[in-house]
Amino acid sequence: MKVTTYQVPETDFQFTPENLERAKGYIARYPEGRQASAVIWLLYLAQEQNGGWLSVPAIEYVAGFLNMAPIRVHEVVSFYTMFYTEPRGKHHIQVCRTTTCWVRGSDDIVKSCMQAAGISKLGETSEDGLFTVSEVECLGACCNAPMFQLNEGDYFEDLTPERAAEIVEELRAGKTPKPGSQTGRLSSEPEGGPTTLTEIQADSRGDA
Amino acid sequence: MLQDKDRVFLNLYGQQDWGLEGARKRGVWDNTKDLIALGREKLLELVKESELRGRGGAGFPAGMKWSFMPKENDGRPHYLVVNADESEPGSCKDREIMRNDPHMLLEGCVVAGFAMGANKAYIYIRGEYWEPLQRLEAAIAEARDAGLLGDNACGSDWAFDIEVSRGAGAYICGEETALLESLEGKKGQPRLKPPFPAAVGLYGCPSTVNNVETIAVVPTILRRGTEWWTNLGRPKNTGTKIFSISGNVNKPCNVEEELGIPLKELIEKHAGGVTGGWDNLQAVVPGGSSVPCIPKPTCDSVLMDFDSLREAKSGLGTAAVIVMDKSVDIVRAIGRFSHFYMHESCGQCTPCREGTGWMYRVMQRMAKGQATVDEIDSLLDVTYQVEGHTICALGDAAAWPIQGLIRHFRPEIERRINEYTSNSAVAAE
Repeated sequence: MKVTTYQVPETDFQFTPENLERAKGYIARYPEGRQASAVIWLLYLAQEQNGGWLSVPAIEYVAGFLNMAPIRVHEVVSFYTMFYTEPRGKHHIQVCRTTTCWVRGSDDIVKSCMQAAGISKLGETSEDGLFTVSEVECLGACCNAPMFQLNEGDYFEDLTPERAAEIVEELRAGKTPKPGSQTGRLSSEPEGGPTTLTEIQADSRGDA
Repeated sequence: MLQDKDRVFLNLYGQQDWGLEGARKRGVWDNTKDLIALGREKLLELVKESELRGRGGAGFPAGMKWSFMPKENDGRPHYLVVNADESEPGSCKDREIMRNDPHMLLEGCVVAGFAMGANKAYIYIRGEYWEPLQRLEAAIAEARDAGLLGDNACGSDWAFDIEVSRGAGAYICGEETALLESLEGKKGQPRLKPPFPAAVGLYGCPSTVNNVETIAVVPTILRRGTEWWTNLGRPKNTGTKIFSISGNVNKPCNVEEELGIPLKELIEKHAGGVTGGWDNLQAVVPGGSSVPCIPKPTCDSVLMDFDSLREAKSGLGTAAVIVMDKSVDIVRAIGRFSHFYMHESCGQCTPCREGTGWMYRVMQRMAKGQATVDEIDSLLDVTYQVEGHTICALGDAAAWPIQGLIRHFRPEIERRINEYTSNSAVAAE
């Protein structure tokens, strides 16, 4: 019979005072005794604090914090794609690759981002540690395809290969590129202006 | 065509203020107290009367779903859970509701929550939706400050509050029981039904899971009357719907239209037409990646509602219209969906876990023609073995696009196989 002895790893991770408060706030969203519901929130906090990835001590710290068996938290980390167990670049560019973006040219966006970031293989991190480029499944911005998401935050939509490369360069230069549609659309209205809600716009301006 | 005066989502494009003040100008939170004063019974009756069908894909009548909740509280709290895990490829409507008019969703939660005896709603939003998350949280804070949420929500004597919970990138969490698992802090693997969530849902308590759009339209239906709503659309397919039109169209967009609008009119009026003109159309996936595609001859006349599309052997799904013109390699396009389902299978049921990968690998070969003609039938056979043999509908969703492809584009697949075979025969000589 195989006998394994579980040893708690030495923990060198703990929340900053600020994150500690935020963590308590998230736990308070759920009924008493259901603190495990906050596990995804806390893992995001830990990941952010740990520089974009979750180390074993960070995962087990979250488990202890929520009074969960560590294996339950490891399960969650390995199940959801937005948690990373290895370091990644400071700017993680995640290009949507599913059919809608693909028919509008996501393959070229991927190539352009990789070239600008200096990466030869998908999922890799550039030598300077600045960029990781990967393909992800549908990000739910299909009317503004093709697009990518930067880290766990902003969407950059209505991309062209040229614009995608420019964004990478702006990030390299330490600038903050403007998120959202890159062709000046407000959100997902038809290019050139809405075909609906035209009367209502006039009315409400009248009210104001 | 639907007129602006009959549109529900007045700030779909974010042309106006998304905050409380802007929302109030558009009529949101207008006498919500009066709606609650109608009472639970009456509210259920009205929603049933409106024939509102769920906007998340399955099209189940919302009023009936709500009526499954126990009439009396047995001591366990009731929960309303809003499914904001919009991840169906092609679908991007809930994002617009949440970032451009979050108060519509919040008001809907109060009314729907009251109708099912819940004092609390959780909105489970997909992890990638950062901007909508920020807006929702800000809107909730505004609503609490204004007394619209809290111990005396909207002055109705009914205690109601809303919390947001964030996902972390798993399509399967859009399945209602997987969503509940995820909300409880576990990996999102679907539960066996029965028991249904209305009996044993979140934390073992009676719960109802509804899509964002379903909940957000409820207050407007109640305010304007069920007769107004049922006069829109077609019988059993009533009201308006946000359509997400993407792919090979000149102007991809979200647009609110009447259910039952002809597909051709929808694309030509709002999305600037198919690239290269209507005759350049190859196929349309009319309801998000999970429904079978329909070829151009069907697209010429099909109406966009639940029942018409079912008759066309497809489905309305989330009303995400993915347009593909003749330049698209249709086998690869559907193969991309197969990759998606392989990636998103939760791994719980063997037919899905193994089947999605198997189907993807065969689709890869089919795209190149690197297969034999009889493999088309074995691929079809495997899709039938996956379909209906899994806990949740992901297995079905992985099978249907391939079935649709083979149904309508078998000659194209055979052509590739023959071409590849004759090329390699020439190479061998």
